Amino acid sequence: MKEMISTDKLVFEYIRRDEEGNVEGITRAVDEVDLRVKQGQFIAILGHNGSGKSTLAKHFNALLFPTEGEVYIDGMLTDKEENLWEIRQEAGMVFQNPDNQIIGQVVEEDVGFGPENMGVPTEEIWERVDESLKAVRMDKFRKSSPNHLSGGQKQRVSIAGVIAMHPKCIIMDEPTAMLDPNGRREVIRAARALNQVEGITVILITHYMEEVVDADRVFVMDKGRIVMEGTPRQVFSQVEKLKELRLGVPQVTMLAYELRKSGLPIPDPILSRKELVEALKACR
Amino acid sequence: MLRDITLGQYYRADSVIHRLDPRVKIVATFAFIISLFIVKNFIGYLIAGLFLAVCIRLSQVPPRFIFRGMKTIFFLLIITMVFNLFLTAGEPIFTFWKFQITKEGIKLAAMMGIRLVFLITGSSLMTLTTTPNNLTDGLESLLGPLKKVRVPVHEISMMMSIALRFIPILMEETDKIMKAQMARGADFESGSIINRAKNLVPLLVPLFISAFRRANDLAMAMEARCYRGGEGRTKMKPLIYKKRDFIAYLVIVLYLVLIVVMGRILFR
Amino acid sequence: MSIIVNHVNYIYEEDTAMAHPALIDINLQIPEGQFIGLIGHTGSGKSTLIQHLNGLIKPTSGEIFYNNQDINEPGYNKKVLRSQVGLVFQYPEHQLFETDCFKDVCFGPKNMGLPKKEVELRAYTALKQVGFEDEYFYQSPFDLSGGQKRRVAIAGVLAMKPEVLILDEPTAGLDPKGREDILRLISDLHAKMRITVILVSHSMEDVADYVDRIIVMNKGRVAFDAPPKEVFAHYRELEEMELAAPQVTYCMQDLAAAGFDVDTSVTTLEEAKKEILKAFGKC
Repeated sequence: MKEMISTDKLVFEYIRRDEEGNVEGITRAVDEVDLRVKQGQFIAILGHNGSGKSTLAKHFNALLFPTEGEVYIDGMLTDKEENLWEIRQEAGMVFQNPDNQIIGQVVEEDVGFGPENMGVPTEEIWERVDESLKAVRMDKFRKSSPNHLSGGQKQRVSIAGVIAMHPKCIIMDEPTAMLDPNGRREVIRAARALNQVEGITVILITHYMEEVVDADRVFVMDKGRIVMEGTPRQVFSQVEKLKELRLGVPQVTMLAYELRKSGLPIPDPILSRKELVEALKACR
Repeated sequence: MLRDITLGQYYRADSVIHRLDPRVKIVATFAFIISLFIVKNFIGYLIAGLFLAVCIRLSQVPPRFIFRGMKTIFFLLIITMVFNLFLTAGEPIFTFWKFQITKEGIKLAAMMGIRLVFLITGSSLMTLTTTPNNLTDGLESLLGPLKKVRVPVHEISMMMSIALRFIPILMEETDKIMKAQMARGADFESGSIINRAKNLVPLLVPLFISAFRRANDLAMAMEARCYRGGEGRTKMKPLIYKKRDFIAYLVIVLYLVLIVVMGRILFR
Repeated sequence: MSIIVNHVNYIYEEDTAMAHPALIDINLQIPEGQFIGLIGHTGSGKSTLIQHLNGLIKPTSGEIFYNNQDINEPGYNKKVLRSQVGLVFQYPEHQLFETDCFKDVCFGPKNMGLPKKEVELRAYTALKQVGFEDEYFYQSPFDLSGGQKRRVAIAGVLAMKPEVLILDEPTAGLDPKGREDILRLISDLHAKMRITVILVSHSMEDVADYVDRIIVMNKGRVAFDAPPKEVFAHYRELEEMELAAPQVTYCMQDLAAAGFDVDTSVTTLEEAKKEILKAFGKC
């Protein structure tokens, strides 16, 4: 399968300055990250606040450029000026705050914003807006003002705005951090549908462990480095290590972990309620 | 919810006036305002009034919405009229103490009053029947030729529409910040003017910080969606003149001709 | 009895086309010293309700009594009320404004008209209570991490020495460790200072672990008002309100359905573990 994203010893540093603008020091936000994402995968990047995951994500859309190392998006080097717009079209980005990324005053106009920028002909913009709103099931709200939508709905509009640009890959930078549990579910469902139905590569950045259970691959970041990598099952089996990294595991996984520590022979790890029931039945 | 406040005061309806191209409405409003300053007699005002009445009727906007805007200029209106009434030299009709009311004064006060009322009504009608969004689009297109002399027309209109989107959000945020500070005993309502200004600091600092953060986020989100200025951009909803718009232009021209002839030349 | 809410109704944006009832016939009694979880999905009226409790919003009808006095009576001192019923809003960014954390925490007690010494003493104590290290006292609050900002915001209210502390979604946007830290802090404050705490949240797991009583709001009404076990027993109804019980409660339901002899009213991880081990005869 083709590689959608690959980074080669990616380093990103920024200079800290005090109030007078003097250099206080250099912070390494991303530290020698090597990461490969294949086309069509659903990837999750986990990490506590300040672990460098958002900084890393912004490299995938050429919003930030590496201090050292290289980032390739669909084979294109992000450092090259001439690749910039193609990369931004192919790798769309959804941000954390739903209010701060909607530009249009009407839902459909916001979804059309990307295609407008790309110079897509008017008629095709309308087609793209239609299909994108349908893909996130927001077509009923096309004439609404974004200010009247819930957080989850706003994020779905943002996702539609990215789909309308016909990307190969969507990077979602903590899209659920400001939402309530329903909003979170709506957004994750939309992301999964995109991945499964449309075959779009999805990179989900989050600190909610429940959201990554179905990912193809999970990367865990700490202090700018990738410290764990594997399938959700592989990652969630290391409860202690996750705790050290300021992360948790889903409550069922935690329960199973505690039971195992108390001597019940339960396989490691448990990711869903169903698995727990089956495992306990086997113990009987 | 404060988010429901729309800037301007758009009244949702599906009338001929609503459906007109925003450019037509801007031009018409402009023409109407000019006409108010051209006319010199009451026949002219009668024509302008009739024209306005017909437009209001066609727009399906209930008159009370239109006259609501009048409240804010009520004092201005009274002051203008009083000044004109007492301070115009001419043939006195009525004198008491140092004041005198002249025939010319009455005429001028009446004209000024009518002019102001018509002006406000006319421009309210435009904002009531055009969404702010449409209005910015119309302005962008009308001011388009200015691009040649390096006026950043696209950027200005983009800024206007972003402002329109964020003003309700920032108003809601202001409300939240005020409440958060009031919960800590802040007082925004009493005290001397200086104290009140001082008391605004706990409100303004968080508000500005938040506004800057939003601006920063939005700029990034726009860039991520390939925004790179007006160059090479297409439009989802391009402004295209329809038959009714040409008719409207014709009506405006006829109105102007009529008002110049009747209000200025025929009846001096 | 510290707070009594008596038949409170609130109509949102009265006199406009947008008018709709935000609170409908709310009756609550909040005795001193309780730790209460207030849950409900966005728009259920929970934020509107807490703003009634310290007089930021006036009810359309009905009364709110604080220590047996009607807080909306003319002449009642709302400034004093707000220092006694402290409210910490969801985003600390909405209240932090001073150049350093210490000054920011001084804002509340200063507004109470206390002498400078007392103000500073209170600010110092409050910052210590939220576990803030001395070295950060003179840092700009804007440079802090999300969790630290929240601590300063809580200290800003604690410095007024409230008898009731209301927190609106104090864990929103924090990572798992940050959430746990803040919740533990709040629980400690409740235990040590013996103040009444009302914790507004939409995370069942968060609430279930700490509180004595849960009030569930739905469509402007109080849907449930009971201890966690009783409330989560209604998990089906909760789901209809777009809420849910903690994951462990569902686990126990599943296990009971699979024929295990376990108590299905379990709401915390600790209890669940005990129940399962008991079913296996391990303790």
